[in-house]
Amino acid sequence: MEEFGSVGKRIPKGDARDKVTGRAMYMDDLKVPGMLYGKILFSKFPHGKILHINTSKAEKLIGVRAVLTGRDIPPIRFGFLKDNVPLKWGKVRSYRDEVAAIAAIDPDIAEEGINLIEVEYEALPGVFDPEEAMREGAPLVHEVDARGNSIESNVLQLPWKLVAGDVDRARSGSDYIAEDRLKATWVTHVCMGTMGIIAEFDLRNNLTVYANTQIPYLAQRDYSDALAAMGLKGSKTRIIQPAIGGGFGSKLDTYGQDYIAILLAHKTRKPVKIQFTREEEFFATSPRQPAIINITQGCTRDGKLTFRDVSMILDNGAYASWGATTPSVMMMPISSLYKVPNIRYIARCVYTNNTWSQAMRGYGNPQATFGIECNLDHLAEMAGVDPVEIRLINSNTPGEVTPQRFKVTSCGLRECIEKVAERLDWEPKHGRRDGRGVGMASLIHVGGGARVYKSDGCGTIIKVDDFGSVDVFTGATDIGQGSDTVIAQVVAEVLGVEVEDINVVDNDTEVCPWDVGVHASRTTFVACNSAIGAAKKVKEQILELAAGYVETQKDKDGGKREIKLDEDPSNLIIKDRMVFSKRDPETKIPLGKILRGSHYKTSGKMVMAEYFYDPDNENLDREFKGNLSMTYAYGTHGVEVEVDRETGKVKILKYVAAHDVGRAINPMLLEGQIYGAVCMGVGYGLTEQLILDKGECMNPNFRDYKILTAKDLIPVEPIIVETLDRDGPFGAKGVGEPGCVPTAPAIVNAIYDAIGVRIYDLPITPEKILRALREKEGKKTQ
Amino acid sequence: MKYALSFILNGDRTEVGIEAHWTLLHLLRDRFELTGTKEGCGKGECGACTVIVDGKAVNACLYPAVELEGREVLTIEGLTDAGGDLHSIQKAFVEHGAVQCGFCTPGMVMSAKALLDENLKPSEEEIRMAIAGNFCRCTGYIQIIEAIKTASKGR
Repeated sequence: MEEFGSVGKRIPKGDARDKVTGRAMYMDDLKVPGMLYGKILFSKFPHGKILHINTSKAEKLIGVRAVLTGRDIPPIRFGFLKDNVPLKWGKVRSYRDEVAAIAAIDPDIAEEGINLIEVEYEALPGVFDPEEAMREGAPLVHEVDARGNSIESNVLQLPWKLVAGDVDRARSGSDYIAEDRLKATWVTHVCMGTMGIIAEFDLRNNLTVYANTQIPYLAQRDYSDALAAMGLKGSKTRIIQPAIGGGFGSKLDTYGQDYIAILLAHKTRKPVKIQFTREEEFFATSPRQPAIINITQGCTRDGKLTFRDVSMILDNGAYASWGATTPSVMMMPISSLYKVPNIRYIARCVYTNNTWSQAMRGYGNPQATFGIECNLDHLAEMAGVDPVEIRLINSNTPGEVTPQRFKVTSCGLRECIEKVAERLDWEPKHGRRDGRGVGMASLIHVGGGARVYKSDGCGTIIKVDDFGSVDVFTGATDIGQGSDTVIAQVVAEVLGVEVEDINVVDNDTEVCPWDVGVHASRTTFVACNSAIGAAKKVKEQILELAAGYVETQKDKDGGKREIKLDEDPSNLIIKDRMVFSKRDPETKIPLGKILRGSHYKTSGKMVMAEYFYDPDNENLDREFKGNLSMTYAYGTHGVEVEVDRETGKVKILKYVAAHDVGRAINPMLLEGQIYGAVCMGVGYGLTEQLILDKGECMNPNFRDYKILTAKDLIPVEPIIVETLDRDGPFGAKGVGEPGCVPTAPAIVNAIYDAIGVRIYDLPITPEKILRALREKEGKKTQ
Repeated sequence: MKYALSFILNGDRTEVGIEAHWTLLHLLRDRFELTGTKEGCGKGECGACTVIVDGKAVNACLYPAVELEGREVLTIEGLTDAGGDLHSIQKAFVEHGAVQCGFCTPGMVMSAKALLDENLKPSEEEIRMAIAGNFCRCTGYIQIIEAIKTASKGR
């Protein structure tokens, strides 16, 4: 086995010291001298005409510096379909529509000012259910698109359709067919640090933005477009990211409040901060969208899958953000989780007057896998095949090309399934129906970047100082997952220095190189490959400098001797901050000495290199096929539950999460990703729901939106499967999202095993379990 | 209404003028710029603002500043010694991977401190109950609990 210095070690997170001491500064902690506080007035109706806005009382309030409405601002459009504007005029389409905004000298005055704005609405009938919104004659959420063309239907004009093979023929040739309809609901990211932004202009109209965004370089571009619309074409935008209090996909887009802060800052010529309250974070940020999933799968007599036919209706909400594109990722498990030769998938995203949806950890994969893995258990039962067996029979394998044309390089799915079955003690425990049950579900996810934009790239710049300290400037963003740490580890490994010698700079577009953002579990794979590329160049430069280096050293008895390193750089090694020759490892010169030497000689040299890594993966083509990722991550979760038939309560007794991660660069942080994702995924399965009543969020607080607490602790046992991917940095794949993908279906399947009812409506509340049990009993007695 | 308040803040005798409606959280963050104490909800639901008053963990966002008269407040900033050395709980959090985004961390550490000051060797159940009011969205709590166990063993 290869010996590593830094890779594979349980190294604490780079910024952990700052975070445990309270020194780390988050958006909420930042103040800029002279800063004003912005506040947004949100709509009082889910759908209505704005007849009149009277801001005169607010404008007269002492301390208010600016008031803006949709009338006062230039035509800035944002969102995936550019169907959104920062301040609405004419019509509101959801309770989170921004109607007016204020900048004031303190937050209390801003709030008071907001309350003084009078808005007259004419209520319009709304649509809150996507199936109702699809009916003919349903009220239209949008009458025209961004180009001004009229819209006839609430169904978004997005061509989400994937076909491979011949599903109809495969269906007629199948021995068993299982058909199900499942529903997943609204859940939200619940970042502990709420959304915030500070916008500030200098005298040349260049914009500095402090924001907890996941996409600094794409946001930079969005803001530049807004500046152009404001008549400030050519103004520069700089984005500085403070410590980010959680992301999970919530910060993958730019939002109304960003543009409002920019507009207020421009109007007042002062820095303006908008910081969401917890209530705003719940009702005015973009959650994961509900899905109605119709799925049919078939298999042969011996359990071989023959086809998978899926159609979905997704509640997009009032405007299109990345939520509208999640079907492109749902295609991944639908086409490529297990070997299924014939695939059909169609998804319709529908405008409603609800809040509007965004990516959330897994990007559609949790909903799709919920459908696939619950239905697969149903099919297995019909075919009389054990759930473990049907998964092993159809497991993906290395070298396979899937119906969506994914090229599977490394694949540890089989091992994941086997290990979970073993750890759960599957055979004796499965099929007893005695109130205790076991269930499992697997996953596939992109593990080697994802080419969803034209680029999937990330840049790195490395410079080395006089003493061998290394500054790594990366485009990657750390949202808590630990990219700051794994990047330091791989650079230390390549250069032969210690992790503590590495300083990762990752929070300023003015000094860091470009990246498309922290999403798709891509950062370890892409940013580490980029960092390795730069580190190799740096190493080459150092060895050039070291070749033939002469130094006079004192020996033990006080005499002096001259030592010289090998003339050929390829014979030199850097290890433990020393440089030496392979042939003479005892003759060492400190790395710092060589670096200083190169600065203090005529025609000296500075050690510095850059590298841009853009993986060799493919955009999906017009048929939504292509090798989206360099490699794919796999995993299987197994759960043992106890269900109380009297109360409907589900207790998780054991939770095993096996993940094919390629290589664990940092097992401790990796386990942290799995623990956290499972906890979030169990919440998705059992407790979490953003309750919308005719578009109004009824539980915008922690008391009524139930994320799991330490009291609900899930006893997660991670199993790390290392497949050493050929393209991964030291063999690693991404793992940020996978842990929350198969949780809900694994729990559904375990509950079925315990009490014989399949709950296909998330979250699985005790009420739903009791209702299902009653229905089952009713059927029996009929 | 203004009040003159006298109390001990992280070991220092402190006198300050406050408004009647100020919370301890406002006093710490806005008056003293001790931003290590975080505001997660402002309603006493999430525990991000946990500090220790006279040995008890409290939600600073609910605690009226006027109630502090004569009391002793310890915040996350007061936990690290003058030389910058971490407290054993902080060290354990770092070493066990108990920190991801870190927003809940100061509150979590303070809850752990209040627990361990009262109970030298808490059971896992007692640890879980002590931090049940501190929400974390990143870690799934497992490494946090391991860290608190380790810190308790070191005592």
